Amino acid sequence: MKERSLFMRKLNNRIIAGLSGFSAMLGLFILGWILYTVFLRGFMAFNASFFTELPNPPGMSGGGLANAMLGTILLTLLATVMGVPVGLLAGVFLSEFGQHSKFARSVRFFSNILMGTPSIIIGVFVYTLLVVPVGHFSGYSGAVALAVMMLPVVARTTEDMLQMVPSALRESALALGTPRWKTTLNVVFRAAKSGLITGVLLAVARVSGETAPLLFTALNSPYWPTNLAHSTANLTVTIFNYAMSPYEDWQQMAWGASLLITVGVLAVTLLTRFALKEKKVKN
Amino acid sequence: MSLFQETSTQNRSDTIFKTITMGGAALILIIMAALFIQLVNSSWLSIERFGLRFIYTNVWDPIHHIFGAASSIYGTLISTLIAMLIAVPLGILIAMFLVELMPPAVSKWIGVGIELLAAVPSIIYGMWGLFVFAPFMAGHVQPFMKNVFGDIGLFSGPPIGIGMLTAGIILAFMILPFITAVVRDVFTMVPSVVKESAHGMGSTLWEVTRQVTIRYGFQGIIGAAFLGLSRAIGETMAVTFVIGNSHRIAASLFAPANSITATLANEFAEASEPLYLSALIELGMLLFVLTFLIQVLSQWWLKRVKKSMGVQ
Repeated sequence: MKERSLFMRKLNNRIIAGLSGFSAMLGLFILGWILYTVFLRGFMAFNASFFTELPNPPGMSGGGLANAMLGTILLTLLATVMGVPVGLLAGVFLSEFGQHSKFARSVRFFSNILMGTPSIIIGVFVYTLLVVPVGHFSGYSGAVALAVMMLPVVARTTEDMLQMVPSALRESALALGTPRWKTTLNVVFRAAKSGLITGVLLAVARVSGETAPLLFTALNSPYWPTNLAHSTANLTVTIFNYAMSPYEDWQQMAWGASLLITVGVLAVTLLTRFALKEKKVKN
Repeated sequence: MSLFQETSTQNRSDTIFKTITMGGAALILIIMAALFIQLVNSSWLSIERFGLRFIYTNVWDPIHHIFGAASSIYGTLISTLIAMLIAVPLGILIAMFLVELMPPAVSKWIGVGIELLAAVPSIIYGMWGLFVFAPFMAGHVQPFMKNVFGDIGLFSGPPIGIGMLTAGIILAFMILPFITAVVRDVFTMVPSVVKESAHGMGSTLWEVTRQVTIRYGFQGIIGAAFLGLSRAIGETMAVTFVIGNSHRIAASLFAPANSITATLANEFAEASEPLYLSALIELGMLLFVLTFLIQVLSQWWLKRVKKSMGVQ
């Protein structure tokens, strides 16, 4: 190896150390820059009508995004109602029954693949499945797209959380003659409760900020989301449409919507993060 | 089955429960299969019409019904490449900073900050990219690069901010937390005896990191790169906002370009012609196949790494 002077080696080390510190600061700086921008511009959009009124036609000032807020909540709720129970069941199967069977292995493998599938592909898939046959966009199809995204996340976190429950607990319940299903629902689920809730919240946070799966399913609408069988207003697609529009009022509203989405998603993520940390320490 | 007649109602209820949970698990497989079948089915029209030309020709003409997606595929590959070139070295440096240079109490909080980059929804990256970062690129970074590298090749053309380079850089910030997290785990998994023996020989920290830690955890770092790759390649909203949506393949990285995801996001809802729609879905299918292959490869790789590092 080439001989290098101690001075050069130490200098080199200093430079790399400095670079690594700079890289970390750069990462934090970008996060700060994004949050600063979103908060600054988002707050300027906030007023009473922003939270209570329907959007006005372009060019007219005023108006709000109350319909999109309600729509996002409805879509996320509906997706949770569809995705979470099925995900829980799949997780129970993987942890309690399937374990190392070939079937369980392939389910695990494909849930990982499904989790890594780009969300826009899920949108295209649900479009071909639910929008094309019906002939028009619908809130239901948007909720289904979000549910498809939640399903593998809930399944895998459920499996992990149930695995953390000591088997002595299961065995003692079974030894008392409790059926397997009662053991799972009343004993194992209760022991893993906080972990399961965390997993569900994480899945909700993940999908509530999603735009791409809704672009071709729920689309968007300037009206109240009274009927989910038609296009449904939602915050994220509204941000996309308004940001791309040439009207400054609309861009302003897009910033307001961005702030709502960012705060919501970050809050849930932080909450679950700390809840998970505590959980891991305890076990 | 005779088993059913002999067993009590208790066991029967368990069989039912097991079957129901199995149904939930099976649904994941069914969705995966349906996803593939639907994508192939819906893009068949375009597959039949254009064949392989769809991949390597670059005409995107909805009016005359001719579609060749080379520009979108090129944009996806190049923007991902830029993101990887930036994010992998940056991720390794940040991991080194967090693991080797900072006390755990400090590195924990910096780590949380870096991880939060992953929690910011992609449409927020898009908003910030379009209204803040692209103008910054146009006003400061791109003119500076022109001065340094000269107005040729990769860095030619007007510095408008919107384009391939900006999209690649924003993608890099988005995948940075994923890469950092994995590399950080890899670094902490390297036994301290191995590092300490190198330090004992008089090596500087960088020499230890480069020749011991990185070499020891090389496979894990490749895994981290795979993870970042699969994230970047399917990212939609952030790219759509800033890439410029042009179906031309330009030599310059400053020029507006396109990606598979951006084309889908921009044109899908407006496509009414069956052939147009079919061509767009074929684009989606190509992306799906690409991410599928990357995922399979990375899962196989990670399993191998875990085995060789002795983690079950």
